[in-house]
Amino acid sequence: MTATAELTCVLEARGLSRSFGGLLAVDQFSLALPDKGLYGVIGPNGAGKTTVFNLLTGVYRPDAGEIRLGGDRIDGLSPPAIAGAGVARTFQNIRLFGSLSVLDNVRTAAGVRARSGLFASLLRTPRFLAEEAAILERSHELLDMLGIAHRAGDQANSLPYGEQRKLEIARALATEPKVLLLDEPVAGMNAGEKREMRDLIHGLRGKFDVAILLIEHDMGLVMDLCEHITVLDHGVTIATGSAAQVQADPKVIEAYLGTTPGAAANGAR
Amino acid sequence: MKRLAERLAGHRVAVGSAAVGSLWPVACGLAIAWFLQQLVVPVVGPFYAKILLDIGIAIVAAVSLNIVNGFAGQFSIGHAGFMMVGGYAAAWLTYYGSIQLWGSPAIHGGFLGGGDLLFLAACLLAGVVAALAGLLVGLPSLRLRGDYLAIVTLGFGEIMRVLVQRTSDVLSPADAARAGLAGTLGHLGGSLGFGGLPTYTRVFYVYVFVAILLVCAYRLKRSSRGRALLAVRENEIAAEAVGINTARVKIQAFVMSAFFAGIGGTLFAHELGTTLNPRDLGVQKSIDLVIMVVLGGMGSITGVVLAAAILTILPELFRGFADYRMPVYALALIVVMIVRPQGLFGINELWDTRVWRRWTGRGTPGQPTEKARS
Repeated sequence: MTATAELTCVLEARGLSRSFGGLLAVDQFSLALPDKGLYGVIGPNGAGKTTVFNLLTGVYRPDAGEIRLGGDRIDGLSPPAIAGAGVARTFQNIRLFGSLSVLDNVRTAAGVRARSGLFASLLRTPRFLAEEAAILERSHELLDMLGIAHRAGDQANSLPYGEQRKLEIARALATEPKVLLLDEPVAGMNAGEKREMRDLIHGLRGKFDVAILLIEHDMGLVMDLCEHITVLDHGVTIATGSAAQVQADPKVIEAYLGTTPGAAANGAR
Repeated sequence: MKRLAERLAGHRVAVGSAAVGSLWPVACGLAIAWFLQQLVVPVVGPFYAKILLDIGIAIVAAVSLNIVNGFAGQFSIGHAGFMMVGGYAAAWLTYYGSIQLWGSPAIHGGFLGGGDLLFLAACLLAGVVAALAGLLVGLPSLRLRGDYLAIVTLGFGEIMRVLVQRTSDVLSPADAARAGLAGTLGHLGGSLGFGGLPTYTRVFYVYVFVAILLVCAYRLKRSSRGRALLAVRENEIAAEAVGINTARVKIQAFVMSAFFAGIGGTLFAHELGTTLNPRDLGVQKSIDLVIMVVLGGMGSITGVVLAAAILTILPELFRGFADYRMPVYALALIVVMIVRPQGLFGINELWDTRVWRRWTGRGTPGQPTEKARS
């Protein structure tokens, strides 16, 4: 890989592997996500997609391979350190700060960038006050951009599903990430909600200067949005390329639909 | 979108107005404490003055527990242990310090006189010693959660009790003077308790510390640092994913909570009519404090203050039927847990509750109030 390619690449993973006991969950996963890129990872259930996210965010340590963010190694760091370095994520099974308000969910994340310590917070120093005012302003703007500003004072748990997903994205963006990892952002949504979410994700890159890596089951969404797709099956990368390329790849079709007549019949049913 | 650092310039706050904003709540607290001491205590008489003291001390203990149990969600049932550590450190300083300085452990000087200053120094010492203990107990909280952490904190409280019970008898002033300050360290009264302490705890001091603690707790809750605590309580994995160092946050909560518990222990130790005894700061006391926090609402400062006050007054009211006191008390708790499992106010403060907003006409329930609040 040349030096120029490395410079434009914000998140790079090389040869990531991780096994749980005898199960090789992710095998030799590689990725080069360019600045403001929108890449996708797809694969059938149990293909290892979420494990890839957990490796990238430090929840799991890779058994082998390396991860670089803006050229610096981040593999082996703790999840908060990786988040601090600029990798934010959402969760497949939504994990909000349930009994806090919608605004406080975002403020908590935005507050991670504040530098006032405990004593400054208790004394309410000028710097602390300025930071809190800026956090509040920024959080309101974020809620506004994601279309949930009218929910600011509501308890996060009380939001409908679609808005909870948006709140998770708002919270992730509040941490000022360079890379945003979205784990199945349209899972369980209807067609209208999916379209809305697709347009929203499409707009995020320009507004927040962020590169996005997307995991999704919904083929339509991934094909529409992503410039580059990695297809996983049983932890192994079976295809990479543009939407058209992976769609035409016989190995992808095999992974999703199977080849034997019996399996094909199952897939069609 | 503009980052946080780029926005700071637009929100600059003048030092003067920040200083005023920082100090006025504490000044108000001082004024209220002064008012209680000078105007309320003489009117209500010594019995109610004692109840007033008990309420204040219960508030200090329960609200400090609320920081670790309510805010950070780390279930601690050894809080009285921190009170004991602090209380005994302070008792040692006021008793043996008095003997060294003035030859007798009796009260020395008037309001803010030498004795009072020694007492305030003891409060600080107690806070620091208890905070160190908090650091020690906080460390296992990095690996344990839920029931397992609760057992560790329970064990801590019990270990402290047993350690104190194994100390020797309190030295008489003459013996203490001969032994020197360092020689008195092991003489904390054992299981008989630390008798003969000067009773420096006044309503004024108690409510000054109540004010300081309430201001600190409220400011913590309404700051990024405090929201990080609440985030750990709400969802630790999500908290880590947004960049919160959960280990540091938990330790901070334990240290801060223990600091104020130590001060609470000092106030308890030097209160008229109580003997500093390891039994009185054992498991039962810890459980009482947990009940106050759960009843008031985990994370609600006003709720816990109210619960601390109610649960201190109730036993006094039921004094007439002492035989039925505990069953009635237990029954009342069970009823509350069935009717309001989240406690009086849940995580909210009094002014965020539906009833309060309806009374005061501050918007309808469900409407955003955050802008007004901040």
